[in-house]
Amino acid sequence: MAVNPNPRKTDPDGSRSFELKAASFTLPIIRLLDANVEAVAARLGAKVEKAPDFFRNTPVVIDLSDLPSGVGAIEFPLLVGLLRGYGMIPFGVRGGNREQNAAAEALELAVLRESYVRRGKSANETSTKEIDMEVSPTPPREAASSTPAPPARRPGQGFMLINRPVRSGQRVYASGGDLSIVAAVSSGAELMADGNIHVYGPLRGRALAGMNGNLEARIFCQDLQAELVSIAGHYRVSEGIPTELRGVPVQIFLDQKILRIEKL
Amino acid sequence: MARIIVITSGKGGVGKTTTSAALAMGLAQRGKRTVVIDFDVGLRNLDLIMGCERRVVYDFINVINGEANLNQALIRDKRCDNLYVLPASQTRDKDALTKEGVEQVLVELSHNHDFIVCDSPAGIEHGATMAMYFADDAIVVTNPEVSSVRDSDRMLGILSSRSRRAENNEEPIREYLLLTRYDPLRVVNGEMLSVEDVQEILSLKLLGVVPESKAVLTSSNSGIPVILDRESDAGQAYSDMVSRYLGDEVPHRFLHPEKKGFLSRLFRG
Repeated sequence: MAVNPNPRKTDPDGSRSFELKAASFTLPIIRLLDANVEAVAARLGAKVEKAPDFFRNTPVVIDLSDLPSGVGAIEFPLLVGLLRGYGMIPFGVRGGNREQNAAAEALELAVLRESYVRRGKSANETSTKEIDMEVSPTPPREAASSTPAPPARRPGQGFMLINRPVRSGQRVYASGGDLSIVAAVSSGAELMADGNIHVYGPLRGRALAGMNGNLEARIFCQDLQAELVSIAGHYRVSEGIPTELRGVPVQIFLDQKILRIEKL
Repeated sequence: MARIIVITSGKGGVGKTTTSAALAMGLAQRGKRTVVIDFDVGLRNLDLIMGCERRVVYDFINVINGEANLNQALIRDKRCDNLYVLPASQTRDKDALTKEGVEQVLVELSHNHDFIVCDSPAGIEHGATMAMYFADDAIVVTNPEVSSVRDSDRMLGILSSRSRRAENNEEPIREYLLLTRYDPLRVVNGEMLSVEDVQEILSLKLLGVVPESKAVLTSSNSGIPVILDRESDAGQAYSDMVSRYLGDEVPHRFLHPEKKGFLSRLFRG
């Protein structure tokens, strides 16, 4: 059945003011091998002198994973100032420990999670589509203060299957494929997939399919009680889901970029 | 080797310490050599509930820091020879719990005990994660209300991803649900979540339902684990819980209003 495409009572023009999408970028990484900012400054200066235009207005990520363990705090204010001075736009860190991440966050640098690191590495190794999956126990804001969990499973196929309940606060991301859950998804849990999402238990959390912008992705579930559903950034919150579609098997898809929820 | 049981919830005030004391006492009464550890460093309560607060000399943190040995810190229960209490420190904070220190104490206790009951502090921070990290079994204590259920759900997520068993890819922690402060009358009136409601959300094996009971407060205040009050409904419910934990099939009790009042009889038709 057709569903009111614009359930929220905003003016039609306002509702088209932006789209939320996911995209990936290749960015230069400053891999720190020494915590001493002065030493970094000296070497960086020489490097930038050779190709000053290359670095102008370039966003960069600071990689801390190769720092020798046991080094003290990184002087982020100095380092960020240094990079900005050369025209770069440092916007995030990765691979840091808890203290380093906290210091980076204090400077409003993004703390990139392990999944980004792994995806970056796998992209370097092979140019074919590499599947990267992880179950992270913490949402990204919390990831800064706790170590990310290791990936739950890595079957090396284009999909991901989970047969335990996905609990409040857990996030599951099937990168490059479908995500199937043969259990309940609690309120406060978050499912993400580049492909379709299938849930064979009550779906009470959030489900975001087509994370890489795939407009063809769909969400299938046995019992829709979701807080939020989204296909390629076109989303709807619980409030906008008609009551007759709650608690029944449905599929959710995009029709002319309008999110439709249909009984199965 | 001892089996390590964590009593956890996420939310505070749901009955973790009461449950820890009851479970430890129940296991000990059935001949299991049991030790119950208070992980709530800085806000210790277990010693009060167990009625041994005047015998605390050394504590868990002293043992971790090597300032005392285990035998100096363990307090033998006066009512049951099989039961020992390891109190928390009241003067330190939870950062004093190191993973290595906790592991060392648990390994040492494992040698001559059957069960180690870890009373977790509220929250999902360091103290709570230390209490659950080494667990084999987890009893998630939940009240029949939405915030407690959500916090329990969050805790279950953490149990399945941030414990030693999860990190080493071993068999996952066995998780049990214990519903406490259950008031069947309010459930009938639709004021409280029912057992079925909670189980539907948490999809977990139900270890027991402990009814809301005045006996719990009375026992706590007098330092007697409520399981010793055999007359009380809460005491009997905890006793059933211990049996179920040890593998006995015991039917659930106290799920429905006991005295059929005029109104409830009317509504039940």
